[in-house]
Amino acid sequence: MLDSAGRFDRLPASPGVGYKPQHFTDLQRDPGPVEWIEVHAENYMGDGGRPLAQLLALSERFALSVHGVGLSIGGETPLDRDHLTRLKKLCDWAQPASFSEHLAWSTHGAEFLNDLLPLPYTETTLSRVASHIGQVQETLGRQMLLENPSSYLVFAESTLSETDFLAELVHRTGCGLLLDVNNVFISATNLGLSAQDYIDAYPLAHVGEIHVGGHDEDTDDAGALLLIDSHGKPVIDPVWALLDYCLAKTGPKPVLAEWDNDVPDWPTLRAETVRAAKALAA
Amino acid sequence: MSNTLKSLAVAGAVAAAMVAHTAPANAASKEKCYGVSLAGANDCAAGPGTTCAGTSVTDYQGNAWKLVDAGTCASMELPEMADGKARTGSLEALDRDLPA
Amino acid sequence: MTDQSTFRDALLDPSKPVPEGLLGAAHAPAGKRYSVYRNNVTHSLISALQTAFPLTRKVLGGQNFDTLAPIYVRAHPPTSPLMMYYGAEFPAFLETLPEVSKLGYLPDCARLDAAMRASYHAANTRPFDLEGFQQLPPEQMMAQGLHIAPSVRILRSVWPLFDIWRFNMVQGSAKPVMQAQDVMICRPEFDPEPVLLPLGAAQWLDHLVQGKSLGEAFEATLEETPEFDLAASLTIAFSHGVFHGTDGGQHV
Repeated sequence: MLDSAGRFDRLPASPGVGYKPQHFTDLQRDPGPVEWIEVHAENYMGDGGRPLAQLLALSERFALSVHGVGLSIGGETPLDRDHLTRLKKLCDWAQPASFSEHLAWSTHGAEFLNDLLPLPYTETTLSRVASHIGQVQETLGRQMLLENPSSYLVFAESTLSETDFLAELVHRTGCGLLLDVNNVFISATNLGLSAQDYIDAYPLAHVGEIHVGGHDEDTDDAGALLLIDSHGKPVIDPVWALLDYCLAKTGPKPVLAEWDNDVPDWPTLRAETVRAAKALAA
Repeated sequence: MSNTLKSLAVAGAVAAAMVAHTAPANAASKEKCYGVSLAGANDCAAGPGTTCAGTSVTDYQGNAWKLVDAGTCASMELPEMADGKARTGSLEALDRDLPA
Repeated sequence: MTDQSTFRDALLDPSKPVPEGLLGAAHAPAGKRYSVYRNNVTHSLISALQTAFPLTRKVLGGQNFDTLAPIYVRAHPPTSPLMMYYGAEFPAFLETLPEVSKLGYLPDCARLDAAMRASYHAANTRPFDLEGFQQLPPEQMMAQGLHIAPSVRILRSVWPLFDIWRFNMVQGSAKPVMQAQDVMICRPEFDPEPVLLPLGAAQWLDHLVQGKSLGEAFEATLEETPEFDLAASLTIAFSHGVFHGTDGGQHV
C-alpha cells in the first residue's frame, strides 16, 4: 500500500489545486491543467478511512504537496513533539513532493487556536523560528517551504522587515519559501505598502511554490480598506497581475489555486487553474 | 447449561447468523466508496478540518442567551427526564481506544 | 512587547481590550484590525462545532446551537491541531447547561455525533475470515476471541437515541417513542452508520472487547440478560463488519 504513494519527487511548475473531498471524482475525470494537489496535513492525521484512501488514490496521478497548518512554527513555546511525530509519519507514508508551513503561530500552551496568528520580526523571534525550522527539517529529513502571512497589523517592537526576516531564515536554515501573492497583496494594502516593492525585496531565488487565492473587503476603525484573507472568492485581477510580475522574475513555478471557504463546484475552481496556466505560459 | 450444550448453542447461533447475515461492502465497491457519492451528504461524518483562511463574518460578542423555539426537539415530544430504570450502564462502554 | 499570552487572552475574551503594541497603517493603534484575529478564531471554532455536531444542531435548532457554541469554544478551545476530533467535552458541557436541561437526550445526541466522527477516522482493518471461523469445531469456536474493529463505537442510552437519530437524519422516519436504546456505530467501508442493537448485544460486545472468548462473553451476557439472542447479535455483527481479522490487522 505504501509503495504506490509519492511517485513524484518534486512539484511540477504548473497549476495545482487545494484539494477538497467533494471534488474527488470531478478532479480525476476533468483535471484541466491541474498536475498536483495540496492538502492540509492535519486533516490527514486520522488513523484511516476515506481521507487516507482518497489521498492514496490521488497520489498515483497527481504530485502531492502537504501543507501544514498546525505546527505553530512562530510559537514562543517549543514545537509540539507529538505533532511533529505525526507529521513525520504522514510524510513518510505519503512521500509528498513538498512540505510547507506558515510563518505564524497557532498553539499556545495546550491550546490550538485554529488560526494563523502573527509574530513580531525581531532578532529574538528570528532565532526562535530558525531553530524551529531546523528541528522540522531534521525530523522530516527534508527541506521545508515557509509561507509569508497575510498581515492585518504590525508589532511596534518589530525591527526587521518581513522580507529581511524571511531572507535571513533561508540563509540560516536552508529552507525554501512558499510565496503567497494574495497574502502579499493583502498585507501591502492593509499596511499601506507597495506589493511590487515587497516582491522586489523578497528572496525570489528560493521560491519553491506560489499561492493565489481570493479575499474579502472590510474597513478598519478609520474607514481605510482592510482586506481579509478569506479564500472564499475568485482571485481578483490585481492579484493575477502580481503573479505575472513574480513569474516574470522567477520563471515558471508551481502555482496553487486556494479556495477554502464557500468552496465552489469543480468547474469554477478549475477555471482558476486555467487562469494560472495562462499566467505560467506567458 | 453444560459446556456441551453451550457450545452447541454457540455453534448453532453462528450457523444461523451465517445464513442470515448480508455481506458488508467489499473491495468491489471500493471505487464508488472512495468518492462522496451522494453529493457530500454521506461525508458529513468527516467533521471539521483546519483552516488557513480568515473570515469577514463577524461572530458573536456576548455570552448571554436564551433558548428559542427551534429545532426538532419541539416536535419530538419526549419527556423531560428518562426514568433511568430501563437500561442503565456506561454510555461510553466501548467508546475508547479499542484494540486494533 | 506583546507576548503570545497577552495576544491569546484577548482573542477568546471579547471584553478584554486590544493588547498594546499592535499597530495599523500609519502607526495608528490596531483596534479593529486585532478583531480580525479574534473573529477568525471564534468563527473557525464555531464552524468546526457546527460541522462536528450535525444531529445535536438539528435537534436544538440552528439558532440555539449557534448562540451556545461561542460559550463552549471560549471555555474549551481545541487542545490539538487535529480538528476532526474537536468537541470531546461538548456532551459533558451540555449536561451542565441549565438552559438545555429539559432536553435530557441532548448530551447523548452529541455523543452520537462524536462517535460517528471517531468511527470515520478510525483505522482500516482486514476483513474477518467468516468461512474459516465457521469451519472451527464447536469447542474451538467457544474459545475464540473476536477482535472488534476500531471503527466500532457503542452508545448505551436511557433515551431512544437510535430513533432520535433516524427521525432527524432519515426522511420520513417515525417520531421516537420513549424507551432506552443501545446504538452501535460501525463502518463497513468508509461511511459510519448507526445500528440499533437488540437487548444484551452491547454488553456482549463489551465482554468481547474486555478479551473474553465467544463462549465466556455469551455466558456472561446471559447471566445479565437472560433473553439475549446470540444468533441475532452475530447476524448484526457479521452484516456490519464489526469483527476484523486476527492476523495482525491492516493499518494505513
